[in-house]
Amino acid sequence: MTERRASQDPDLLRRLLRAKDRMDAASHEPWPVRRLASVSAVSQAHFARAFKQAFGIPPHRYLLTRRIERATALLRDTDLSITEIAFQTGWASLGTFGRIFRDVTGDSPGRLRKCARAAANGLARVPVCIVSAAHRPDLTSAVSEKRRRAPDATNGS
Amino acid sequence: MSEGIEVVGLYVRDQDEALAFYVDKLGFRVHTDVRNGDYRWLTVQHPDQPSFQLGLFVPGPPAIDADTATTLRAMVAKGAMPPLVLNVDDCRAACERLRSRGVELTQEPLDRYGNVDAGFRDPSGNGWKMIQAQRRPH
Repeated sequence: MTERRASQDPDLLRRLLRAKDRMDAASHEPWPVRRLASVSAVSQAHFARAFKQAFGIPPHRYLLTRRIERATALLRDTDLSITEIAFQTGWASLGTFGRIFRDVTGDSPGRLRKCARAAANGLARVPVCIVSAAHRPDLTSAVSEKRRRAPDATNGS
Repeated sequence: MSEGIEVVGLYVRDQDEALAFYVDKLGFRVHTDVRNGDYRWLTVQHPDQPSFQLGLFVPGPPAIDADTATTLRAMVAKGAMPPLVLNVDDCRAACERLRSRGVELTQEPLDRYGNVDAGFRDPSGNGWKMIQAQRRPH
């Protein structure tokens, strides 16, 4: 094959989609590669690369976008505390949640809550599930869940 | 009604498989199933919606060249085709029915502002939302 990037077999793509669907359905759960690979019936060694080739984003980063999307919706639509939202959307620590949320959205959860509530009108005719997907962050750069080596640590994990 | 949308088509990877899914699992009916050589025009319809047909088509020559068809099959398998929405009276009951027929839900029924919605895919990868709208007073 002289193609720069061989096209992927549709049957493989369909199975990779199943893993993506499973993350969508339960983004608050842990999704180690082992678990995803078994959903797709692909070897662990190939899963991450095949997923990235298919969907343009590594599986773990995709999971983060779904968690942030859900957290954003909960911030906008519920009165749950930010701590509760962090735990409900799959983060083990409030500090990690806040840091990643800022990295991805450029805003803190609290400020986003204020802005989203001010702007949340006019989409009533579009199915909610589709509006929610349209608000998914477009995460094109890497985001680390590891603590940065900056002295901003107030929450231990 | 004499004017309106009559057929909207989906791309599927295999028409027999799609037919079995839409008829046996979803409860649609076959409207038209005709062949001309390798070409097969296949449409199904919702039993309560006789004026609308859902086409189940395989992308391929001669209508679509082989390379383009490969791309389209990949798009469908990646779930990149546009959203499809099915209205139901009772979303939870519909989900149970689908599950009992072996359909995997991609989203469990969820209450949102009085509506209940759930999700599933056809075997090819086309994604459906199933929505039970809030009953509005007449």
